[in-house]
Amino acid sequence: MENQFLSMQHINKRYAGVQALHDIDFSIREGEIHCLAGTNGSGKSTLVKIISGVEQPDEGSLITIDGNACHHLSRMDALRYGIQVIYQDLSLFPNLSVKENISMGETMAAKSHFISWKGNHEIALNAMKKIGVTLPLDTTVADLTMADQQLVAISRALTRDVRLLILDEPTTALTKKEVNALLAVIKDLKKKGIATLFISHKLNELIEVADRVTILRDGEKTGCFPSSELDDKKIEFHMTGANTSYTPYHVSLASSGQPLLQCSQLQKEHNFADIDLTVYPGEIVGITGLLGSGRTELALALFGLNPPTSGTCYLNGKKLNLNSVGDVVDAGVAYVPENRLVEGLILEQSIAKNIVMTILDDHLTKFGLLDEKRLQESVAALVDELGIKIPSAESAVRTLSGGNQQRVVLAKWIATAPKLFILDNPTVGIDVAAKSSIHTIIKELARDGMGIMIISDEIPEVLYNCNRVLVMNRGRIIGEFESSRTTEDEMQSFIDSHAV
Amino acid sequence: MKQLLKRHETYVLAIIIIFSLIITSINPNFLTLENMFDLLKSNAFIGILAIGVLFVLISGGIDISFAATATIAEYLTVIVCLKIGGSMIFAFLMAIFIGILLGAINGYLIDRFSIPPIITTIATMNLYYGLLIVFSKGKWLYTLPPYFRSFADIRVLTLYTKDGLPYGISIITVIWFALMVLASLLLIYTRLGRSIYAIGGDVISAQRVGIRVRFMRIFVYAFMGAMAAIAGIVQALLVQTVAPNSIVGKELNVIAAVVLGGASLAGGVGTVFGMFLGVMLLAIVQNGMTLMKIPAVWYDVFVGLVIIISVGFSSWKAKKSKVTSLIDVQEQSPQEKLSVQGGIS
Repeated sequence: MENQFLSMQHINKRYAGVQALHDIDFSIREGEIHCLAGTNGSGKSTLVKIISGVEQPDEGSLITIDGNACHHLSRMDALRYGIQVIYQDLSLFPNLSVKENISMGETMAAKSHFISWKGNHEIALNAMKKIGVTLPLDTTVADLTMADQQLVAISRALTRDVRLLILDEPTTALTKKEVNALLAVIKDLKKKGIATLFISHKLNELIEVADRVTILRDGEKTGCFPSSELDDKKIEFHMTGANTSYTPYHVSLASSGQPLLQCSQLQKEHNFADIDLTVYPGEIVGITGLLGSGRTELALALFGLNPPTSGTCYLNGKKLNLNSVGDVVDAGVAYVPENRLVEGLILEQSIAKNIVMTILDDHLTKFGLLDEKRLQESVAALVDELGIKIPSAESAVRTLSGGNQQRVVLAKWIATAPKLFILDNPTVGIDVAAKSSIHTIIKELARDGMGIMIISDEIPEVLYNCNRVLVMNRGRIIGEFESSRTTEDEMQSFIDSHAV
Repeated sequence: MKQLLKRHETYVLAIIIIFSLIITSINPNFLTLENMFDLLKSNAFIGILAIGVLFVLISGGIDISFAATATIAEYLTVIVCLKIGGSMIFAFLMAIFIGILLGAINGYLIDRFSIPPIITTIATMNLYYGLLIVFSKGKWLYTLPPYFRSFADIRVLTLYTKDGLPYGISIITVIWFALMVLASLLLIYTRLGRSIYAIGGDVISAQRVGIRVRFMRIFVYAFMGAMAAIAGIVQALLVQTVAPNSIVGKELNVIAAVVLGGASLAGGVGTVFGMFLGVMLLAIVQNGMTLMKIPAVWYDVFVGLVIIISVGFSSWKAKKSKVTSLIDVQEQSPQEKLSVQGGIS
């Protein structure tokens, strides 16, 4: 039998009356690549907090690390056993240099109260050597790309004697190519006997390198499987407890006749060029491509936030003034930004206030004051229509889960009854179950005759929800696929073949 | 050279040099040792406060209460010294003790109750200052212990003007510089110092690498308190009277000087050298206006302009360097447009 590095039995954790973890058994072998999967709120973060010593489990839990029974595992104990966590936000110091970021852990653990900058330099060089990268040591971390920042975080973890590296959602901010580079680093660590634990709700890339996958649901373990026994469908089933089946969106356009949106030769320096785009009512058009391909820039342009320098755009045969968001909105275009938390919602305000933000003008009494009663009715109707789970329309949006927040944003725009709805990465950072319900809503909207554009990194997302997919690269549309006549692999290899 | 051009300090230094040249061309008395030594003495008070403010800003906080702290430390110390005799060393130690105590209260409140630092310190400013006025009844102290005078007159280097008047480097300047050197070493070469930058950069990350954030916060505000207290005694040495209301009101000037020196109100950034240049720039503007016979009422106008131009310029430069793009639309499309299913069926 292989050596267990970490073994946990009967792990329970209650927070203020909520059972976050219920009798979990969990183990990691030396040098193993292990995935911990689960939807939001399944308890995976809590489990990681316990493994890394940030939180202590309730009475009766047994933790054994490297053959030692740990009755009380503190953060410092966990570090001493070589357990390092790289959080999704990377926990770097944006204001400090690469050198100092990498050596910070060592500095804090050292006995001496004084800093040796020469020593820090050595530490940083050695750590980068371990994963075979070179980064400019004196550059401020804020000036690096996301992928390089992640390498800094990994380098920092490796300055200590690492036995288990925990990576929380490591791939969400990376492009496909960067993910592959990361996985190569992880495989290399495995050869050195370092175990890796991936925490993710999106396993696609990770499963290829993983040895085993543990899946949690609602604080309980649904199982631990060799990764060879799993595929996307099975993982999804174990995570959500339900089989979701994809029904590709299909629309027959014969009856639709006139195009809803027709753009020709849109161009803007450093953004996009030669964009010809047509969307028919009832269509869901996907736009995909690597990060930096110009898709978000194009979406912003169509919403009037990033006016193109040349080219024309017609909505329902009427010319669209792309220099003004107001005009575009009046014409019937709605846009849900990628970063919904920052750009789309006022987190401290109530759900109701967020939803009605776009339709205040339609809810005035004859004295020009807000008609509270009608507003409440509109909110209730939308909350009901979109199935937003809320304690009360008056609670702050901040208190909602990611999926429900996204629905509030959708509701806000659906309230304006748009003709064209542009969604930029609508399901980024939300889990499988919430995702599919949002996709269902989108499809229903399209069936009612709305034209929809979905911008997404995830090929399955565009493929299974759109009738047509455009691929962008370096500011241009380089390919068009009809989703019922293509496959995920075909699209992926097409995109990869154009990757720089 | 390239590295130098990226640094905020370089620009502040350039502005100082330009100002100095202009002032000297109008009044040659500006660029004399006598005037320089005097500037370094009379600005030691602001300069020592600025060291404390620098620490607080780097840690991502802000302190408005330091002038009140300085006054209380100064006032109480002088009263006790007048009663029991004491000595200069005793005076400094007692003031520092009071300063650390009041500063630590700020740090504790900010950390324990997560009140934004600006609110906490506005509250404690009113509290501290209010209590002082209540108990002192606003009374000025005109007679200080005799050693306050003799200490203030110590010079480590004495020169004589043509008229035979002595001038030179005051002990007060030496205290300021010694504190700057210590602060600088602390910030660059100690774990404590780097931890201040770390919590200013990202508190949660700091926690995760094992920095004790509560201790750091209390330390930073207590350090501010200690600097304020030393500055309070220095103020007493400089003016030889203690007035409960003479320091309060200077807070924003000190903060402005530190920001002028490159520290960020968002935290995580700042150096002692930059702070020194910031203090000197404001000092030179003030001194130069006197020497150029510009009415003092214009001082605030100039300070405002200097801050906007200096801080604005370096922020603008930083913003400019961030504008990059992956996409070059001028380049010709590298491959033929591929269409698996042309058009729509």
